[in-house]
Amino acid sequence: MDSGGFSLRKTKLPENKLCLINPQSRFALKYSTAAVERKRFYQHVSISQGEGGVFEINLDRRKLKTPGGKLFTVPNEALAIAVATEWDAQRDTLKFYTMHLTTLCNTALDNPTQRNKDQMINAALKFLETDTVCYRVDEPHALVELQKNEWDPVLHWIENRYNVTIGSSSSILGPEIPEATKDTFRQHLNSYNFWSLTGLEFVITQLKSVVLSLGMIDRHLSVEQAVLLSRLEEEFQIRHWGNVEWAHVYDMYDLRARTAAGTLFVHLSSENSTVKHKLLQD
Amino acid sequence: MEPLSLPLRVCRGILRELRYLQGPSYKQSLAYNYVMDQFRKNKVTGERYCRAQQEAHHASHTYLCYLASTRNYLALHNLYHGKGERSAEEVAGLVGLRLPTQPGGKGWEK
Repeated sequence: MDSGGFSLRKTKLPENKLCLINPQSRFALKYSTAAVERKRFYQHVSISQGEGGVFEINLDRRKLKTPGGKLFTVPNEALAIAVATEWDAQRDTLKFYTMHLTTLCNTALDNPTQRNKDQMINAALKFLETDTVCYRVDEPHALVELQKNEWDPVLHWIENRYNVTIGSSSSILGPEIPEATKDTFRQHLNSYNFWSLTGLEFVITQLKSVVLSLGMIDRHLSVEQAVLLSRLEEEFQIRHWGNVEWAHVYDMYDLRARTAAGTLFVHLSSENSTVKHKLLQD
Repeated sequence: MEPLSLPLRVCRGILRELRYLQGPSYKQSLAYNYVMDQFRKNKVTGERYCRAQQEAHHASHTYLCYLASTRNYLALHNLYHGKGERSAEEVAGLVGLRLPTQPGGKGWEK
């Protein structure tokens, strides 16, 4: 068996039995060495329902675990299927940096930074003061116009939807956000559960904007639109100076993938659907 | 804001991405069955503005975006950033030199 540079270690268990522990087969050490590329060691990916109605992912016959060692459980089937598809999409090597849904689930399950909901909400609202959509430039004039045309509608929409005032500013300090606005958003964010908040905070960090993230979560914007609005200044420069595929397009696809994963994560974690069949009455 | 594209287009797009990911046996995959199921369930609605249908449409669009952008990202990564560093022999070969060889092996090697 190819051990890929690891040596097989034999350890003595208390019962005086020898057992071979190959680090590559220990799921708890999934992310053991960053330098070694993990090869795909499973053929088949499937999901199963465990106790409490949560879903688990099975790689061949073994259950997937988080990097913290806990069992990988997902509250609903759709998310489980999406994660299983991520694992199934890996070919020769496992590229963890493309498996965003798995990463989000691991973060929500392990909570490695030991944060609670309030801390996460505060961190998310901090982005409001330097929100991309509110931070305007004074020149060049074409960019000012572009920002006004593209960002103002979103601002108006969110101000109407949540009954708050945000406003935009071109000073270096950014807009003044009144406390009432922050309280409204805090209350709204509090209504999401911990998993959804993990996803939401991830999306806000990626887009650097609370307004755009909420616009996407509330289904007012699509992922492509939100990413475009978030990168508006870059798009402006691209139109002027030209597109560099290995940087601009690369970044755009990366941002789209992360944002889409985060949004999907929030939607799947915060909704529960029931099917009610309407009886045909004749 | 432009409206999202038609559900049929999104469905075809998702199936295409699944086919790229898994090859000819994509019809047996979990994702395929789930996606087709969801599309069929949400097709018929009695109301003019059905919120569940809109939500499902947005979710399907998001998933399509996720699959397409990861595929494109990986393609660009392999195209531009995947080559890694050149080995010492290749670097020497760039300027027309060769690495020295010591037939007996270096002192500390066996």
